[in-house]
Amino acid sequence: MKSRSSFLWALTAATLTFSAGAFPAGSGWPLDSIDPDLEDLPSLQNGFKLYVNYCIGCHSVKYQRYERTADDLGIPHDIAMDNLVLTGQKIGELMTTSMDPELAKNWFGAPPPDLTMVARVRGTDWLYTYLRTFYQDEARPFGVNNLVFENVGMPNVLAGLQGEQVLDDSGSPELVAGTGQLSPEEFDQVIYDIVNFLYYTGDPSRLERHRTGIYVLLFLVVLYVFTYLLGREYHKEIVD
Amino acid sequence: MEQSQPGRIARGWSNFMEWVDERFPLTETFEYHMSRYYAPKNFNVWYLFGVLSMVVLVIQLLTGIWLTMSYVPSGDGAFASVEYIMRDVEYGWLLRYLHTTGASAFFLVVYLHMFRAMMYGSYRKPRELLWLIGMAIFACLIVEGFLGYLLPWGNMSYWAAQVIISLVGAIPVVGPDLMEWVRGDFLVSDITLNRFFALHVVALPLVLVMLVFVHIVALHHVGSNNPDGIEIKQNKDENGIPLDGVPFHPHYTIGHDLPAIVLFLFFFCIVVFYVPEMFGYFIEKPNFEEANSLKTPEHIAPVWYYTPFYAMLRAATFPLFGIPAKFWGFVVMAGAIVLPAVLPWLDRSPVKSIRYKGWLSKGMLALFVISFFILGYLGTIAPSKPATALAQICTVVYFAYFVLMPWYTRVEKTKPVPDRVTTKATRAAKAEGA
Repeated sequence: MKSRSSFLWALTAATLTFSAGAFPAGSGWPLDSIDPDLEDLPSLQNGFKLYVNYCIGCHSVKYQRYERTADDLGIPHDIAMDNLVLTGQKIGELMTTSMDPELAKNWFGAPPPDLTMVARVRGTDWLYTYLRTFYQDEARPFGVNNLVFENVGMPNVLAGLQGEQVLDDSGSPELVAGTGQLSPEEFDQVIYDIVNFLYYTGDPSRLERHRTGIYVLLFLVVLYVFTYLLGREYHKEIVD
Repeated sequence: MEQSQPGRIARGWSNFMEWVDERFPLTETFEYHMSRYYAPKNFNVWYLFGVLSMVVLVIQLLTGIWLTMSYVPSGDGAFASVEYIMRDVEYGWLLRYLHTTGASAFFLVVYLHMFRAMMYGSYRKPRELLWLIGMAIFACLIVEGFLGYLLPWGNMSYWAAQVIISLVGAIPVVGPDLMEWVRGDFLVSDITLNRFFALHVVALPLVLVMLVFVHIVALHHVGSNNPDGIEIKQNKDENGIPLDGVPFHPHYTIGHDLPAIVLFLFFFCIVVFYVPEMFGYFIEKPNFEEANSLKTPEHIAPVWYYTPFYAMLRAATFPLFGIPAKFWGFVVMAGAIVLPAVLPWLDRSPVKSIRYKGWLSKGMLALFVISFFILGYLGTIAPSKPATALAQICTVVYFAYFVLMPWYTRVEKTKPVPDRVTTKATRAAKAEGA
């Protein structure tokens, strides 16, 4: 018992000594900054499409429902059912993955994490940079490594779109010409859309919250004016 | 004789109140606590934080009740149920953010409320019990916040609980067994979550509400202090009404508190609707990942309102009398929380308010506040040698404020206290006269 508690304390102390900087610490690779836009429905719709085509096979979004997502992103249910719900589920169901976590653990060393709130944990800049900085590394099981997330267990799923990258002498990624379907600009847009979509799933009520907030604050301003004027009448007596 | 319609309604109402008052002291209670409770007329903005604490308490109780309707207190279901509230429950996101923001707001207004009492000597005779009850509320609040923090079952929830409960294990001899007893398991688990839930939603709120009630009973018995630290009951008119008092209702309720509450809600709602995470200070990022006993967050830090005490906990770095540093850290932290309770017996100054105290008291209070802020910051960052050294200095300053108080409040030269309370008007008149 005693040894366990002191072990725990040592463990805690050890973790406390890690860097305190921005949360997605680690490699120290500089992050590219993006500005997610929840009003950009085409981007979110494209992100949703890309996600169900490239990501959901391994990564669930299991706290979020197809129906809510389709409604928020302005996608009619029948189109969503035909093109986006590829798992034979009903529209009201949660966006789970069909991958068996036990098998996944054997394949990747750890089951691929759920990504519903990954944008809230890691931040959108981290995701945007991470997904664009895979490079060829024969030392790794899947032949790729990542500049932001060193020795990551994930294969480069989007290599077909981006193409292969190799590190140059300065350690920066360099695209091998002719290996990808998209131009770097097109690929950046693809990643932006996926990250934008994950930004949405992290807190799907964000837009509604921001819009409601304006009315709540305006109401409170008006209420304040009246309560202030009312209060002043009573307060006068104290001052006099 | 025919009566007019309004006349009939008024008569009916007074008949009804008469009926009630014969059976329950409604009018008497209202008068005692509100319309004939005479509060000093020189209250300033510092006197708003008591009523604001009550507003936040109500927010926490109401949102808490509604959150409980959809929350699942189990290791398997807790995290998912919070996300269910955030996504599938109508306005669930609003309930949750009101509650998380409310927790931070609670500590903010309570800290300011306590600071007000320290500034104006509101803990001095005859308000010692009022102060002690307030300290009990503060202790209760600390425990309530800690218990509630585990409930979302995020990874930071889990590890924060793990770290704090492990402190119990540092108590010599009984520590390890006591720790197991607190957790109900060999590690923080489903069982721990369930007992924390029971305590957070039933036991502690019950105690809190009762203590707040007793706090107000005590306050209305002794009467409010004021920025001058003068007892207004010593100057009464022929009817026994304090000359410097005004009826709490409606002068303060409507004249002072109501607009302030609306203004407070305005800033509160800016946070709720636009920055509910407060850049990781109100909701910490690792808490968007489910609790994982195998994955420690890179950097464990409590929510901002505990960080001053957490920094003091970590400031104890050396063992003493063969007992590990961790235990002494726990003692320092608990001491820092409990020590303010004895303030009424430490303060030997002939005056109550900081307005009339000497430079030593003013300087010590300033140092105390500065050290509290620095400790608050240090508690959020990872420890390093200079940070720990600074935390140790600030811890000493924090304790010195209390320990040296009997000395510096006695030796310093105080200013003469006026007989009657001062207001802007009286001060202006005096300045003109001079």
